[in-house]
Amino acid sequence: MILLPCPYCGLRNASEFRYVGELSERPDPNATGIEDWRAFLYMRDNPAGWTTETWFHRAGCRRHFVVERHTVTNEVRDSRLPAAQLRDREDERATGGNVADDRGGATY
Amino acid sequence: MGIFNNRNGSENGYRKPARYSAFDLFRRGLSRADWPRAWRKHDLRPSYDVVVVGGGVHGLATAYYLAANHGITDVAVLEKGYIGSGGSGRNTAIIRSNYLTPEGVRFYDRSVKLYETLSADLNFNAMFAQRGHLTLAHNDGSLRTMRWRAEVNKLEGVNSEVIGPDEIKRLVPYIDTSEDVRYPILGALYHPPGGIIRHDAVVWGYARGADAYGAHIHQNTEVTGIDVVDGRVGGVKTNRGDIATRVVVNCTAGWATLISGMAGVRMPISTFPLQAAVTEPVRPFLDPVIVSGTLHVYVSQTDRGELVFGASVDPFTSYSMRGTLEFTEGLAGHVLELMPSLSRMRVLRQWAGLCDMTPDFSPIMGTTPVAGFLIDVGWGTYGFKAGPVSGETMAELIATGKTPELIAPFGLDRFERGDLMGEKGAAAVGH
Repeated sequence: MILLPCPYCGLRNASEFRYVGELSERPDPNATGIEDWRAFLYMRDNPAGWTTETWFHRAGCRRHFVVERHTVTNEVRDSRLPAAQLRDREDERATGGNVADDRGGATY
Repeated sequence: MGIFNNRNGSENGYRKPARYSAFDLFRRGLSRADWPRAWRKHDLRPSYDVVVVGGGVHGLATAYYLAANHGITDVAVLEKGYIGSGGSGRNTAIIRSNYLTPEGVRFYDRSVKLYETLSADLNFNAMFAQRGHLTLAHNDGSLRTMRWRAEVNKLEGVNSEVIGPDEIKRLVPYIDTSEDVRYPILGALYHPPGGIIRHDAVVWGYARGADAYGAHIHQNTEVTGIDVVDGRVGGVKTNRGDIATRVVVNCTAGWATLISGMAGVRMPISTFPLQAAVTEPVRPFLDPVIVSGTLHVYVSQTDRGELVFGASVDPFTSYSMRGTLEFTEGLAGHVLELMPSLSRMRVLRQWAGLCDMTPDFSPIMGTTPVAGFLIDVGWGTYGFKAGPVSGETMAELIATGKTPELIAPFGLDRFERGDLMGEKGAAAVGH
């Protein structure tokens, strides 16, 4: 992966981005025990294969987005806005913020 | 540890490997006789007392100390490629113990002590050269961490001190200590017992030692599954057949999450590639190892005269071991910042290895919720220097069933307790 598709800016050099980490669901801090909370903080799937992760376009639009990448070949099969994913979860809609009608953005 | 003292002894029908000596070298030089194989090939037995997954320095050292210190020889080391083909053959071979936490310093210091006598213990020249280790500080923040590390090191009896630019210049005449550069050198943490070693020799030495005691080293043997029955390990599936065993030790680096996953144990690990490069050989001019956290680079000169460069891990997780031009470009810029006179040096090759990074830059060692499944993983960018002590302590854990004090702080349960062992200030160059 030399080029990474940003849903806002298109294909850009990977050095423009910051890798944020595996996408995982943040449990409700008020309704979660300390063990589950620490598992959320530290445990990772770290697969050798397809993974869904968050990236930040630090030298471009400075927005976070979601990438599906193969960790062995570094092939990217999807890059989308996080808002589109939040929309799929009814209960998280309120916290989504940026839920404009921009589902999917550019597709690659 | 005297297995090589009893020459040509025979046990279980095997001929023990010849002891290496100057006399033997001379004798075989005259007779031109072939050297015996340093370790043998075996058929996979249907069961072993202990199965070690991963034939790197950690796995082979575990097998060696199980036999040498505890008399446990019914051991299989399973390696999916050839021994030393992972991190053990890809690191930059730096040995040091000037860490930040007292627990870390004690642990790595034991490893340095084992490395000091390793060549004699294994009857295999590991070429350990304790030429000193300099960690440069380019800003007040780093200098403060250096002072902190020096004090912790001294309290633990490790030779380590903060020195100024004049002393650095005396140790490394080719380094640019002028003040009109982008990152002027303010001082350094000087660690005289640090140095470099021949990493392949360490792997081969442990393999030969473990083999001489009767452990089986199975190369090209990939673990495809781990049987867990009622919360206890029952066996291992491999591409060459199944093995029944009560104890499995995960000594892999890069694939630790996947092997632990086979036993149903989740890991707080993210796998990042780390790249390194080596130049053409030149005459010896660089004695100590030089590390710069700010410039994300470390440099040492091998016995052959090549300069070995390493850097921080790649900016995103991956199991790919491809090199990038971006790395070489960045590296060259940083090295020239330190030693402008190297501008005509040519890079011979570059490579990458996999680093299992943990949230606190400390390893994960000991027991897991699955009985009989032990881990020696999460070795990030500092696994090679810890090979001997990891083997020694994991062997003790297997033999006695008790977690040795030296590795008790590094248990997997520390993440549940929130009791992390922050070593980022001493273990990483990119921070």
